[in-house]
Amino acid sequence: MVPTGYYVGLSAVLFALGVIGVLVRRNAIIVFMSIELMLNSANLAFVAFARSFQQYTGQVFVFFIMTVAAAEVAVGLALMVAIFRTKHSINIDEMNQLNG
Amino acid sequence: MTPELVVFFLLAIVAVGAALGMLVSRNAVHSALFLVLTMAVLSVFFLVLAAPFIAMVQVVVYAGAIMVLFLFVIMLLGAEGLRRQRTVLPWQPWLAGVLGVLFVAALGYIVFFQGGQFMSQGIIPPGAGAIAADFGGPQALGLQLFQNYLLPFELTSFLLLVGMVGAVVLTREPSGRQVGSTAPKGTLPERRVERVP
Repeated sequence: MVPTGYYVGLSAVLFALGVIGVLVRRNAIIVFMSIELMLNSANLAFVAFARSFQQYTGQVFVFFIMTVAAAEVAVGLALMVAIFRTKHSINIDEMNQLNG
Repeated sequence: MTPELVVFFLLAIVAVGAALGMLVSRNAVHSALFLVLTMAVLSVFFLVLAAPFIAMVQVVVYAGAIMVLFLFVIMLLGAEGLRRQRTVLPWQPWLAGVLGVLFVAALGYIVFFQGGQFMSQGIIPPGAGAIAADFGGPQALGLQLFQNYLLPFELTSFLLLVGMVGAVVLTREPSGRQVGSTAPKGTLPERRVERVP
């Protein structure tokens, strides 16, 4: 069978790609999607270790991560819509005021 | 090179390629679809890793609800064809790229050279290659959720309620405007032709 470290390595690569996406891209929605990619890579690592140790803790944690990610996406996208109403743009370079 | 390793590397290449496609795509809808492909490949990995319930939840919740919500908002804001207006801090993406590559290198070093027993063949419990047939099934996972992890379960339901209320409040129309009024529309203007990287 495939060693657990291979799954952890793939999770690390996907996480690093998510980090690069958050830092480089200027579209706020792409930044959100990169954050979701990071959460998914963490899910993969959790499930791999749950399989390796034959414990359910990893899978339960994945369940909670998905729930928290869903709530975060809902609120975050609602924020995007509200910001778009006043700024008419979702370029994060233009979100440089506290009173926007 | 066992068949399992071949399948793993093929799927890993698809997952990393889709993640890269999400990053470099100019069109936000294409990025969302690439992320859906990554999530589908991860769901296949979950099936291989004896987590069938999590795999189905990944497809239904993550790829089926969260990404659809992303696509709704992309269509709502007209973000699929935005063009760059001006560049603040033009050196920042390059520095971020260099630091990102350094991050990948550090993670790769830790995983491949300090992995130890995780990188060798086999799993931690010695001689326990096989696994229970219903490991990761909904029944077993449900028992864990409702017995050992009941408090976090209830807290996450509360979190979802708070998130729902917050989303409704944030997207409400400004006060004083009725639905269907004849006042000039100013909430979601027509799309501007600008691309955002």
